[in-house]
Amino acid sequence: MKALRIERRLVRFAAARIASSIGSGRGAGIGPLRLVDVSNLNPPTPGWHAVTPILAGICGSDLATVDGRSSRYFEGVVSFPFIPGHEVVGRLVVDGIDANGTNLSAGSRVVIQPVLGCAARGLSLCAACSSGDVGRCGHLSHGHLQPGLQTGYCSDTGGGWSEGPLWAHASQIFAVPDALSDDDAVTVEPMACALHAAIRARYQPDDVVGIIGAGTLGLGVLASIAFLDETIRVTRPRQVIVGARYPMQRQLATTLGADEVVSPSHLSRSIRAATRSLVAGRPDGRNGQLLGGANVVIDCVGSEASLTEALSMVAPGGRIILVGMLGRVSIDLASLWHREVELIGAYAYGTEHSARGSERTFDLAIEMAGAKKTGQFVSARYSLDHFEEALAHAGAAGPRGAVKIVFEATPSRTTTKREG
Amino acid sequence: MLPRPGFVLEVDRSTPPTLMWKGESFGLQKLPTGSRVIYAPEPFEALDDPETAVRSALENPTGDSEPLSALLFPGMKLTICFDDISLPLPPMQAPDIRQMVIEAVLDTAAAAGVDDVVLVAALALHRRMTEAELRHALGNRVYDAFAPQGLLQQHDAEDPENLLHLGVTDHGEDVEINRRAAESDLLVYVNINLVAMDGGHKSVATGLSSYKSLRHHHNPKTMRHSKSFMDAPASELHTANWRMGRLIKDSGIKIFQIETTLNTDTFPGSFQFLQKREWEWNLKDRMMFAAASKALDAAPPKMARQVLHGIKAPHALRSVYAGEVEAVHELILKDVWAQQGVAVGGQTDIVTMGLPYISPYNVNSIMNPILVACLGLGYFFNLYRGKPVVREGGVAILFHPTRPEFHPGHHPSYIDFFEQVLTETTDPVVMSERFEESFATDPWYVHLYRTGHAYHGVHPFYMWYWTAHAMSHLGKVIIVGGDPATVRRLGFHPATTLDDALEIASDVVGPQPSITHLHTPPLLLADVQ
Repeated sequence: MKALRIERRLVRFAAARIASSIGSGRGAGIGPLRLVDVSNLNPPTPGWHAVTPILAGICGSDLATVDGRSSRYFEGVVSFPFIPGHEVVGRLVVDGIDANGTNLSAGSRVVIQPVLGCAARGLSLCAACSSGDVGRCGHLSHGHLQPGLQTGYCSDTGGGWSEGPLWAHASQIFAVPDALSDDDAVTVEPMACALHAAIRARYQPDDVVGIIGAGTLGLGVLASIAFLDETIRVTRPRQVIVGARYPMQRQLATTLGADEVVSPSHLSRSIRAATRSLVAGRPDGRNGQLLGGANVVIDCVGSEASLTEALSMVAPGGRIILVGMLGRVSIDLASLWHREVELIGAYAYGTEHSARGSERTFDLAIEMAGAKKTGQFVSARYSLDHFEEALAHAGAAGPRGAVKIVFEATPSRTTTKREG
Repeated sequence: MLPRPGFVLEVDRSTPPTLMWKGESFGLQKLPTGSRVIYAPEPFEALDDPETAVRSALENPTGDSEPLSALLFPGMKLTICFDDISLPLPPMQAPDIRQMVIEAVLDTAAAAGVDDVVLVAALALHRRMTEAELRHALGNRVYDAFAPQGLLQQHDAEDPENLLHLGVTDHGEDVEINRRAAESDLLVYVNINLVAMDGGHKSVATGLSSYKSLRHHHNPKTMRHSKSFMDAPASELHTANWRMGRLIKDSGIKIFQIETTLNTDTFPGSFQFLQKREWEWNLKDRMMFAAASKALDAAPPKMARQVLHGIKAPHALRSVYAGEVEAVHELILKDVWAQQGVAVGGQTDIVTMGLPYISPYNVNSIMNPILVACLGLGYFFNLYRGKPVVREGGVAILFHPTRPEFHPGHHPSYIDFFEQVLTETTDPVVMSERFEESFATDPWYVHLYRTGHAYHGVHPFYMWYWTAHAMSHLGKVIIVGGDPATVRRLGFHPATTLDDALEIASDVVGPQPSITHLHTPPLLLADVQ
């Protein structure tokens, strides 16, 4: 099969890192990612299902990997060579069953919940997996699989950036309702991340919430806030203010229900005004560390600058939800200590508890993808052959008026839906 | 030789290009043949002996008032209030007229044995003046005598302890003013009547008041029905201030009003060409124009701003009256109109204005986009009596770069107004209902107003309301040379040249519009027949 594959070649990782200084995604040309013809993978064990990808998304963590900018933290929980692609909608090659125990026939469309937890690894369930919080699995590098926190980072399973098949354990498979388009379905995984982050934010009806970034995750969090309010009675906060850099992002953020959409440079000022906060030690009218601030700040960028900004605008006793993936950075955490701020990671998904009961995040995300038509985030499809263009496009999605770029495993042609 | 009156020039083929201000620079603009250009009268001669004139006015009051010396007595509480940094424009060369008047008042008070004297800068909701600005306005002698003892104060409209609510007018308007001024045995107000809008009851009723009081007349409805601000009988803003002023008088507060007019000698020495008629420029003027315009065009905005804000006007005292508020003001208005009035025959389809670097609210500061709108549509548009220079449904074409630049220390709430309010609405009524209260009471803005040098949080709204009459009157507003995104944010149309602007205007006024250019500064008041 044809696949994009990442191999452990340190020189290429270094070259990618240099190339990416020109722009995100530029590491694709000379980095560790290669388009290769490889033999089909064997199923790790019985109980795994072959899935042929239809669409597979490119996310920020993929770009970081391709550009050699991933945190070294992940070295122990990936296995080389691996085929990236964890945002996947595909078709079952043969009859199978999904995570809910439903029988599915060959050709059924499915989305992959990519975390490779205990069930997929053939292990007794750890405490997290037992409670449905598969994203927190404590056995990610053990069991009968090679290490890999997710499909798309494990040498045994394959990934979505291929003609396939990739291998998915029954516990990872979720049927796609007919009403969902392929575009909607390919956004289910990032929407699950966004839903999980929104739920972990634990905002209250009187809260002011700031969202840094309006890419797929920022917009997803915004959609989640509306969806949770409309469907499972998690009342939306009093005011949601989004920092969005590009016109397309601003337009989508407004459509998805942001109370205020401002340029990123003005987000702190808007939060100050919304919360009627004072500013520490700045009689010159410039913004700085807010003495009050937003009850919750959701950082959907994940950078030194964005976390620093989040710390400057979160209220004492407030929460920062780190949705964007952050690696090694240098940040002054004095305010976190002094103002008793909670810094909360929000990775992946699991089981969410609400007035409607306990539900898998993926089931909620499938519902939300249909309700909010999150396929609207898919801006362009590329064939695997055009991977360099695809990754460059994804790396410059905002300025080019795009949100989500996806690979189409067997396209008739390269398709661009929207491009700036 | 008597100064020549203002006049209206009709542009023909032989007319040289017109000086056109465009913020921190200026150029020459060829206007279409047939256009009219309104030129201000030449500056009146300065009084020969201004100090004597001031002292004479104090002792020969106008209206129902005793001489100042007769109003002063030992043991009394005297408060002298004065106009702030917003007047005059540009700031005048030392000695400032306020210094001259206040020194005369203080000498009279000292002679009468008055010890309890406090000076108050009548800021209303304007920014606090810096020490340098106060020293310039009052002179070092006055500053050093009062400031170190805390006897030189700046009105704080957000200090409830130092405000006194005097009552409510028969129109339901709260009248709340500076407590020290209200509780004094005599309130002396020192005015600079730069334009016909200034002075009268507006001095105390606005300059020493609070948001609670100001909101009754600084609102879209009142502003829209002030036609114009320069014509008090036709100005709702002034009518409201007069109601308040009479309540202040009826509440027993004794005011001794001193009003002054300055001539329109606006630019010093080598910048004199800026106030001359172009066909009368001599070689030196032409050389200065070429050098200055090129240098300002080439300079970064910050540097150009520094140069221009360094200009001190050679304004000279033209007249001074003192005594009862309304009687004094009636006389002063005649003098203002005598200096600045120009008879204009009929309205025009298009009015053009070159906006200079300075307005009342950006002295030593940045002319931000909201102030651009205010200067053009709030001030220049309103420089009329009778009817606006431009007809209803006509077009205003402004020249200004309109960059999205703000002084964060002076105009912090303007930044948020630009980002949060103007992105939602440019309708003065809608913004007043949705946003004003929140800005007016924002604790950070209040803090910066009280402790820094920031305009009050509500101030950008007021600036926008100043434009309300123009915006309801005009069919279109175009800014030539303005940053397109910023101009659109203001709800106006950007154009790169006058020809482009005329093209854009043509769908409103047709292809052969009448055009009138306001050649100001120097200041002029159009008496539209």
